[in-house]
Amino acid sequence: MENTALEKSVLNKRKTKSLILRFMVWLCGILTVGILAYILLFILVRGIPNINMEFLFGEYNSDSLSAFSSIVTTVEMIVISLIIAVPVGVFCAIYLHEYAKRGNKAVKVIRLAVDTLAGIPSIVYGLFGMIFFVNILGLRASVLSGVLTISIMILPVIISSSEEAIKSVPDMYREGSLGLGATRLRTVFSIVLPTAMPGILSGVILAIGRIVGETAALIFTSGTNVLENPTLDLMASQRTLAIHMYMLASEGLPYSKDMAFATGAILIIIVFIVNFAATKLAGRIGGLSNGK
Amino acid sequence: MESIKKSKFNDTVMQSVFFMSAFVSVLAVIAISLFLFLRGIPAIAEIGFMDFVFSEKWGPVNTPASYGILSMIVGSIYVTAGAIVIGVPVGLMCAVFLAEFCPEGIYKIVKPAVNLLAGIPSIIYGFFGMQIVVPFVRDNVGGNGYSILSASIILGIMILPTIISISESSIRAVPESYKEGSFGLGATKEETIFKVVVPAAKSGVLTAIILGIGRAVGETMAVVMVAGNAVMPLDKIALLKPIRTLTTNIVTEMSYASGLHESSLIATGVVLFVFIVILNASLSLIKFRSSRN
Repeated sequence: MENTALEKSVLNKRKTKSLILRFMVWLCGILTVGILAYILLFILVRGIPNINMEFLFGEYNSDSLSAFSSIVTTVEMIVISLIIAVPVGVFCAIYLHEYAKRGNKAVKVIRLAVDTLAGIPSIVYGLFGMIFFVNILGLRASVLSGVLTISIMILPVIISSSEEAIKSVPDMYREGSLGLGATRLRTVFSIVLPTAMPGILSGVILAIGRIVGETAALIFTSGTNVLENPTLDLMASQRTLAIHMYMLASEGLPYSKDMAFATGAILIIIVFIVNFAATKLAGRIGGLSNGK
Repeated sequence: MESIKKSKFNDTVMQSVFFMSAFVSVLAVIAISLFLFLRGIPAIAEIGFMDFVFSEKWGPVNTPASYGILSMIVGSIYVTAGAIVIGVPVGLMCAVFLAEFCPEGIYKIVKPAVNLLAGIPSIIYGFFGMQIVVPFVRDNVGGNGYSILSASIILGIMILPTIISISESSIRAVPESYKEGSFGLGATKEETIFKVVVPAAKSGVLTAIILGIGRAVGETMAVVMVAGNAVMPLDKIALLKPIRTLTTNIVTEMSYASGLHESSLIATGVVLFVFIVILNASLSLIKFRSSRN
């Protein structure tokens, strides 16, 4: 009799413990979403009312603190870094998955390098860009130095998502193409890449997200300078949107703080669109490989 | 014949183009380490290794100048440890939630939320920290708010997505038979998950923690906005006091540094880089070990 009473109390204790754990698990799930919602709403609610035409498209001066020329620089930087990094990254993925032989030593070294690049903090990229592009190559603090630095930085994102996408192309497709007498190259460009395109694009979009949000790698390479009117001159030192926000936030004046909120709201809206598009595209390769 | 030859030729040419593109990453890693070390090591030699790494005296514009980064190293360790203390339990619990408890309808909200959290730029986290976390700490905990605690909270939030996604997939990878065995012995769902499933997923969770450490150690902009950045003597370092880390040392002084001062900041980057390389090496070790088992 005593024994069962003891057993019952142990069982009850275990049940209570389990209940507490379940509560904690739910709490942490809700907490994560709650934090995200808090950050987004906080920036958007205070930022959106401060976005106006003057801020978006006006001339920069100490009164307007307009983001126009930073927006132009950000777009310029995205376009040129993608032109540099996307072919290199996609070709690298093609080499790793379509050409390299299994157990190849070079593949191991390349993978190690890609993993290392992915782990290097952006401030270290910034230091490297400052030493190499700005000083040694003599490109000075310029959009070009920033572009080159950030192209290296986004390589791992593009490589890993392209490889993932290329991997998901069924071998059947390749065999069919090779069986019809197409060369390996032809197979890659007319069968593998088109099939893998949504996955590759989702990597490209994630890379855009990184470029838009980057600050530490650009502060010493493309600089914090801002011009009254936008220029596409690659040799000009120009700040991007994220650096614009940093500069406004650290000035500490009430008006510049409002404008920092506005810039933050723009950044968040971009990140929102980027994430949404990347998820939608990545979802599409799944559909393709299920044999459509 | 001619066209077959030509396409064979194209194939070979493109194969080398592909190979060279793949090699760009290797070149980049070599170039980054080479130039960082070329600029950093002579500075460390000039200052003296001991005076650089094991001295807490940082005064590059004083006469005589001193270049000790010990308190920044300690600072980086403190904020990273704080981030782990805050981020890992919440992240791991959230991963368990996603993998085991979450109804499908809610999964469709939480999962994208986690991805979005990963996509938010560090400048936004920093600004949020400056506007919300710093005043909160100042009013409710103490100090002026710019502190190790604020930096740890922000970094703890920032590493959440890393911890959650990697832990979630490793929890999902635990074979169903483990759970069935535990249920068969009469364990509750929670007991099964925390005593059987999570321990079985430990190499994945460890990977997640190391990647989280890497992210926290290397974070710059979010920390610079909430940590106060004052160089503290070792015995004055406290949870509610300002702190300077390796990364923020670089970013706060680089704009006006020159000569040995500038090189010493690059050398700070070298120390950071070495930290990251050690973390990466331990990651490969875990991968190697778990693939052998």
